[in-house]
This record gives sequence, C-alpha cells and structure tokens, in this order.
Amino acid sequence: MESIAIIGVGQTKYERMKKGDTFADMIFEAVSKALNDARMTIQEIDNVVTVSNDFWDGRTISSMAVMDACGAFEKNVSTVEGDGTFGVLYGMMRILSGSFGTTLVAAHSKGSESKASLITNGMFDPIYQRALGLDAVTSSALQARQYMQKYGVSEEQSARVSVKNHGNARNNPYAQLPMDISVKDVMASRMLADPIKLLDASPISDGAAAVILASEERAKKIAQKPVWIKGVGHCAEAYFLGDRDLAECPSLEAAAKKAYGMAGITNPFQEIDVAEIYDAFSYMELLWSEGLGFCGRGQGGKLIESGKTQMRGQLPINPSGGVLSAHPVLVAGLARVAECVLQLRQEAGARQVEKAKTALAHGINGPCGQSHCVIVLSK
Amino acid sequence: MGNGGQPRGKDSKRLRAQEAGEERGKAMGKWTEEVEELVHRGRIKVPYTWSVGEAGSRFFVELRDHQKIWGTRCPACKRVLVPARKLCGQCFCQTNEWVEVSDQGTVQTFTVVRYPSEVQPQKPPFGYGIIKLDGAGTGMTHLLSGSDPANWRIGMRVQAVFKEKRAGNILDIAYFRPLGE
Repeated sequence: MESIAIIGVGQTKYERMKKGDTFADMIFEAVSKALNDARMTIQEIDNVVTVSNDFWDGRTISSMAVMDACGAFEKNVSTVEGDGTFGVLYGMMRILSGSFGTTLVAAHSKGSESKASLITNGMFDPIYQRALGLDAVTSSALQARQYMQKYGVSEEQSARVSVKNHGNARNNPYAQLPMDISVKDVMASRMLADPIKLLDASPISDGAAAVILASEERAKKIAQKPVWIKGVGHCAEAYFLGDRDLAECPSLEAAAKKAYGMAGITNPFQEIDVAEIYDAFSYMELLWSEGLGFCGRGQGGKLIESGKTQMRGQLPINPSGGVLSAHPVLVAGLARVAECVLQLRQEAGARQVEKAKTALAHGINGPCGQSHCVIVLSK
Repeated sequence: MGNGGQPRGKDSKRLRAQEAGEERGKAMGKWTEEVEELVHRGRIKVPYTWSVGEAGSRFFVELRDHQKIWGTRCPACKRVLVPARKLCGQCFCQTNEWVEVSDQGTVQTFTVVRYPSEVQPQKPPFGYGIIKLDGAGTGMTHLLSGSDPANWRIGMRVQAVFKEKRAGNILDIAYFRPLGE
C-alpha cells in the first residue's frame, strides 16, 4: 500500500458553551491552524471530508452547511457521520483511490447546545429500544458493570483512569477539564448510573479539529515533517446491546489485529510508545486497553494499577487527558490523531512523551463501542 | 502547534487570512465586550410514523393480546433472537421459525439510574437490565423495578410484569421484577 502522511493538525480549545463561536467559526479556526501547521494554502487541498452529526447540530445535512468554513468551495466534499478517526480512514482511502493528493478532514461538535441524553437516546432504534429511555450514560453503565463483574475490575481501578487523565490534562492547553483529583474524589462524586459516577464520565464539550493527509508524493513537497499512517483497522459488531457480550470487545480486537498486521507490530505494549484512546468513561480505557492487546483479557484494572500507563510509564495512555478531559463528540477521535501527530513530532509541549516513535490513535462509534477504528502512526 | 517555519505558499494574502483565523480566538475575544452575545433557542419537533414490520408487529401483538414473549430462530446459528427480528445480522440470513420464550430470565447486567432525563419512562431511581429470557439466545434490554436495587446482582432471576393497558409496544412490559424476594 502507498504510504499516507499526516502533514497538518489543528484544534480549538475544548470548552463547555463556546458561546462566542458558531460551528463555522470553530471549524475555520481548526482548519486555519491545520493549514498553517502544514504550511499550506487552501488551494493545495484537493478534497475535503467533513465529520458531523445532524442530531447534535440540530440541522440536516449539516456537513454541507460547514463546507465554506472548511475551504471546500469548488472542491469535492464528502462526509462521515461518525467519529473523526473514521474521517481519517475515509480521507486516506480517497487519496489511495488515486483521485486526490491531499485530503482535509475537519470535525466539529457542540455538545452544549442541546441535551446529550436526548441526542444519544436517538441512537437507539425506535421500535425496540428507544422508548426505554436509554442514553450514552445508562447504556455504558450496563457495559461497565458487565465488564467489571466478569473480570473483577473494581470501581477504584476505574477511578484511577479518571485521576490519571484529568491530571494529564493539566499539561494540555486544549483540554477542558484539567484537574488534580484523587480516587477518593471520583468515588465520592455523584452517582449517575452505577457503577458510573460523575467523575467517571466525560464532560459535555464544544470544539473542532482538523487534520491534513497527503500522498507520499505530495508529502515530499510540503515543508512540515510528515507523520505516516503505518496501519489502520476498523471493525463493527452487533447493534442491539443484548446481542453482544458487553464485557468483551471483539471488534476492537479485530481492528487492532488488522492495524498491527499492517504496521508490523507483534507486541503492541512493547512497540507502541504512546496511545490516545477513546475513554468516554473511565472503564473504557481499561476495556479498550485489553482489546488493543496492551494487556491480557481482564487485566485492565491491574494495568492501570501498575502505573505503566502514566506519563512516565512504559506506555503512557492519554497524555492529553483523553476524552475524559474533553469530549466534543465526533471531534474526539480526530483530536486523538492530532495529539499522536504532535507526540511523534516532539511538539506536544508539557505532555510530550520522551522518545515517542510509534503512536496509536483510537476512536469509537455506536453504543458501548459498537465499532472501533485503530490507527498506528510513526515518523 | 509546531508552526515554527515560515509559510511558503504563493498566496500570501490567503496565508495572512489563515493566520488571522488561527489568531481569531485572541483577536475576536473583544467583540463580546462590544456587543451582546445572542443565543437563539429552538426545539425540533417532527412527527414520525415508524413501520414496525412483520417481525415487530407479530412480537408486539403477542405482547399486547396474550402477554407472551416470542423470538425468531436463525436457521444458521440456531439462536432465538429476542426481541424477534426478521434478520440475524451475525449470520446475514432471515430467521425462519417463531419460538415462544419464557417471561422469566436471568439478568446479564444492570444499572440503577440516578439522574433524570425527559426520555426516561420512569422517575429515577430505576433500573435497566439486559435479560436473557429462558429459551432465548440473546439478551433483551428493558427496565428493572419492583424490589430494592441494593439487593440486585448479575445472575438474578427476573420475571416480566405486563401493563394492565397494553398498546402494542415495548413498554407493554412495564418492567422486569426480581424473583424470590
């Protein structure tokens, strides 16, 4: 396969109630930052992939409404309605098709302008599930309990993820919730749907991110240091929660296997230097760590306790503070990719992982991580 | 943001515009001091008529008229899918047999909801569970109620409690009630 490079990244600060900014304002900021980062002009962008969701935006075909702010005027623009990592995947495919030399992927979301419970209730089918009133928090709580009970993962172990990631967020100027908290604080926070407490859950966030991809040939002509996509994998499982074993994540295992195979990785824990993974809830970092092969099945709790995923550990996970510290839905996966790029370019500032040569970005779509996208990056 | 080098594009005017975009946050911080920030409020309310289809219609009519729970069997994996579906997604084939399952089952996982949301059919605290009914090959997500949540556990036995007045929808089962208390 031809190699695809990431040559520019841009993010807004993630905040609750970005009241002064419209969707277009946020996107223009992120896209402008990505272009400047790549030292490119908008004329050098061959095509655009927008990442948006009509329910969150409160308007249909929202992707077309933001094309001006993406600089997509008179360009080919197409859309991913899902996490930003899938936007990168699609943007990459568009270059691999031979049709384009560069792709701009831009994602935006404002969680604060509607009600998260109502919007996420909308992901459940209107025949069998929606009337039950499930939303992202309550469905994830079902998964958290099933996973934690099956493998004896404790609430305190999950809480450690929140402590670590909010602590890491103190080093990330884009993060929404830098916090110095303890396991005790997490345990004492308000119960939402047990075992998920307020500090186990990601916040409501607004923001945008943009990533510019290029073919090998085009990347050579661009001044910014390229970061290469070495491997990518994606996989989905059943839609109905009751059809799945929520304590397991076979679609993530399959996605990771594919990405590692492409990247030539045989021992992910040894070979990956930094990972940015989709911790919408604290337990997810543990469960996804298992699915990504960072530890054995059911060993996620022991992994966080070992300290190996801390900033100075063997495999720092979410040095940015992760999704727990800023959760602009859809944007969050693209932010993971952007953070990995900064890490590999040694430009991650106070959150820099020393000698990071191989990074992993991960995103999810659908209730309880129904589908996963895994992207392995290196210089 | 790793923007160490000089811009090298031809179109310096556009690059300046980009830089203005990057600096926008700082530069435009002032406008809110000059003019009132307006926020528009709205609500999208759109009627839908969702066709329930053959499998769903048969399933809901059985719930409504006979207080019975039925599933459909996949000819390939032999699982009985509950609630009933015409298609087994795992095997990508149509189900071909109707199977009545028990109104009792085992809780695979559950949660107790402590926060209110206008989409919820009950006032918190109330429970959700994924229940594998006896005879079913999949779990069914539904409400848990009728006993002290402090005693709930994975593996507990529950039974469907039907509503008095049933309308042919998933809430014809009011909730699942823990047994043996």
